[in-house]
Amino acid sequence: MPVVMDADRIGRTLARIAHEIVERNKGVDDLALVGVRRRGVPIAKRLARAIKEITGHDVPTGALDITLYRDDLMRHAVGPQPTVRRTEIQFSIDNRKILLVDDVLYTGRTTRAALDALIDYGRPKGIQLIVLVDRGHRELPIKADYVGKNLPTSPEESVQVRLLEIDGQDEVVLEGGGA
Amino acid sequence: MTTASTDVERKPAVTALRHKDLLGIVDLTAEEIALILDTAEAMKEVGTRPIKKVPALRGKTVVNLFYEPSTRTRTSFEIAEKRLSADTLNIAIGTSSVVKGETLADTALNLEAMAPDMIVLRHSSSGACHLLSRICRSAIINAGDGMHEHPTQALLDAFTIRERKKQLKGLKVAIIGDLLHSRVLRSNIQLLTKMGAQVWVCGPPTLIPTDIRRFGVTATSSVDEAVTDADVVMLLRIQLERMEGAYFPSLREYFRVFGMTEARLRQAKSDVMIMHPGPMNRGVEIASEVADGPYSVILDQVANGVAVRMAVLYLLAGGAEHEEAA
Repeated sequence: MPVVMDADRIGRTLARIAHEIVERNKGVDDLALVGVRRRGVPIAKRLARAIKEITGHDVPTGALDITLYRDDLMRHAVGPQPTVRRTEIQFSIDNRKILLVDDVLYTGRTTRAALDALIDYGRPKGIQLIVLVDRGHRELPIKADYVGKNLPTSPEESVQVRLLEIDGQDEVVLEGGGA
Repeated sequence: MTTASTDVERKPAVTALRHKDLLGIVDLTAEEIALILDTAEAMKEVGTRPIKKVPALRGKTVVNLFYEPSTRTRTSFEIAEKRLSADTLNIAIGTSSVVKGETLADTALNLEAMAPDMIVLRHSSSGACHLLSRICRSAIINAGDGMHEHPTQALLDAFTIRERKKQLKGLKVAIIGDLLHSRVLRSNIQLLTKMGAQVWVCGPPTLIPTDIRRFGVTATSSVDEAVTDADVVMLLRIQLERMEGAYFPSLREYFRVFGMTEARLRQAKSDVMIMHPGPMNRGVEIASEVADGPYSVILDQVANGVAVRMAVLYLLAGGAEHEEAA
């Protein structure tokens, strides 16, 4: 199981993305971060801290649960319903630039669900997508604006992002595949 | 401001309801009850959004089949179904073939032929939901059957208590009123004892079922004893329509001996919650000053009913196929 990103690398990557966010948006005035549950949430919070260190400004941060918007809901022949968690967006998204944060970009279906969910909260000025890892194999026309690492994979492999806040350690691991 | 918001996530012990139907609390484990209440917390947030609707049950059809009058439960289910994007159908018995003599089983089979996914049933006969469960492929949700169970009411009561008190375990819950005819009581006793609450039940001796202690509750006819140090006081409606005999001399006398007044309530804990499943008989089981007073969470119960029913509908929509495949 090769470790493709260790804790240091993840830290440097998020610091770089934070700088890119500030540069591309020419400041942080109308920005807000929204993490997709579960692992997008701690990444969004870390980016908010990094942006605060760079600019001195707080960027509002929320958590989005997309379970009720999934396109595979009710299509499973077998298996329980995915657990629904709370969405917490305690600010208006109207006329803000929303930075949507997820750990892995794969088929694009989660992002599609997140866009639908987000738009039910209002009409943002724009939505930008941030992912820690882009592993390819898109099934929908979706592209990330900020990518931590492009990781070529085969569909048989799986990418595990582990974060201190949820898993007790920071690392990105490539599992399975040809073995 | 929101960067400080807590990200504590309750880790559910179970992630699915392994049932086709929700017939009664008796069939649920403590873990399954906790799963429904946790899911309801997420559903409650949907009701606070500008667009109070999620696509989770898109394309599912839910029939609300109500053989008894109901305002709260029927509207609550209908709003819950609509917030999940299900297609809903309300069958009012007064205008249906039931008045021409069709039996419950025949009505259900005819509805079933039109392939709904779920049927929400309210019926005056205990066990009506079990009958439907045996003959229907659709998921059956009990919205109150006779004097038997009313599971979603007990779930919304538990949700409301947990919201204020954080947990049910160890709380003293006093349930006062018509114990004999109450399906709300039966479901609540099952749920509260499973979750570790201490349940006291209180009413006139004529309205206390003889075998009630079998369910692990303390029964008394002394309101003072029931209310003392209670965390929760739940009043039950005096169900005049189900009473064929004379169980107590008069409504005035019932209120004098058992009615919940401010004076009686002072014996409870200082943060007591007053609950009532509705509809209330003001001046019979509850004084107006208590119903409208600061301890009353009666309208919170109604609001929470929608979230709890959304959780049940969502969890059962996946559960039906799950069990067949197992």
